[in-house]
Amino acid sequence: MQLRSLTVCAIIAFAAGLIVASFAGFREFLPGLLQGALITVEITLGGCVLSVIAAVIAALAKMYGPWPIRWLAVVYIEIFRGTSALVQLFWLFFVLPRFGLTMEPLTVAILALGLNVGAYGAEVVRGAVAAVPRGQWEATIALNMNRAQALRRIILPQAVVAMIPPWGNLFIELLKATAIVSLITVADLAFRAQEMNATTYRTVEIFSIVLVIYLAMAMLITIGMRRLEGLAAKGLARGRSH
Amino acid sequence: MKFWDWPFTFEILPMLAWASLVTLEATILGFAIAAVLGLAFAIGRMFGPAWLSVPLAGFIEFIRSTPLLIQIFFLFFVFPEFGISLPAMTAGVMALGLHYATYCSEVYRAGLANIARGQWEACTALNLTAFHTFRDVIIPQAIPPIVPALGNYFVALFKDTPLLSAIAVLELMQTAKIIGSDNFRYTEPITIVGLIFLIFSLAAAGLIRLVEMRLNRRIRRA
Repeated sequence: MQLRSLTVCAIIAFAAGLIVASFAGFREFLPGLLQGALITVEITLGGCVLSVIAAVIAALAKMYGPWPIRWLAVVYIEIFRGTSALVQLFWLFFVLPRFGLTMEPLTVAILALGLNVGAYGAEVVRGAVAAVPRGQWEATIALNMNRAQALRRIILPQAVVAMIPPWGNLFIELLKATAIVSLITVADLAFRAQEMNATTYRTVEIFSIVLVIYLAMAMLITIGMRRLEGLAAKGLARGRSH
Repeated sequence: MKFWDWPFTFEILPMLAWASLVTLEATILGFAIAAVLGLAFAIGRMFGPAWLSVPLAGFIEFIRSTPLLIQIFFLFFVFPEFGISLPAMTAGVMALGLHYATYCSEVYRAGLANIARGQWEACTALNLTAFHTFRDVIIPQAIPPIVPALGNYFVALFKDTPLLSAIAVLELMQTAKIIGSDNFRYTEPITIVGLIFLIFSLAAAGLIRLVEMRLNRRIRRA
């Protein structure tokens, strides 16, 4: 997102907020919706952490693992990228219990979304690691580092800077995808909205508030990732000047 | 109980095959809307007057940063309030199309921005109207390079069609769920649905790569 469109977005969100605030139902619906929003935040945060871990492991396994592990990483990435997030969620929710693995719906939600976004993230990580100049690798060989040291000390810190903007987009995709967990009875924001809509039929008010809440959360992610990008770039610049 | 029941699998396969036609129908109709509306969005945002381009930019960012599921619900439940009752499929396809139109508009924007300045100047020199400039000069050059990117969104839209099950469109996922709840066996239907999606997506990805290669060859020859 460009800074200009971010400003436009902020203005529109503010206007939308004003309109929403003037709704009669605002006071009535907001507390319940915010409770749902808390669950959405929880799933998003859990999913973000899991997706980053899954992505780094899968990417490194695909790039440097011995063939069985590499093969496993490729299968993971292709399956989770090739099927729909909702199918994966239902599969974990309905099919895993048959293998004797029963989990809380909230855990299933975090697991499904984290693994789904992690598969997309693996390609981001792989791209960023591959984009580190060859000379950096050669320098680590000249310094007699082994591959793990080279990755940890030299390659990954540089790759992280390039990874941050695409990860920002993925986190927003994850936030948006959390809405589907309402379909496996997790009481998130989308679930609360449906519940209220089914009892009051005040669709425009309820869903407008919900959309604005999602927009606000997405903007928070965008702003947070921009901060992080700035910090990482500064850190890298400081590292180079030594 | 067995983990996997083959006779049951063959029993439900025809039902799922029929349902996959509904999924394909939703994908194609949704993408048709997305492709056309996306181009309109891109042109409006890039070349429209400020009163059009600024709200359009905000609208696009708004749609892009909110969940598709909520948008589907919104369209499905809002129209009856105004006395128009849409079938679930229509509302769902409209929501899919609108959501992906905003993604496609970013792709078109990249394509349009890559047209050399000289092309525009030549159109001005030839005294072409805005309509002819776009139809005969700009768009034919802008579209081919972005076909692979549009193809990726086609696959992404296809993978989002199970969301229509939330408003009870009888596509793959909804059919699988009904089969599951009727027979108390979810393993087979949901796994088959997953496999169908996997096969279609891998095939589509291969097709996109093929198109990309042919396009690259054509562009290099030109």
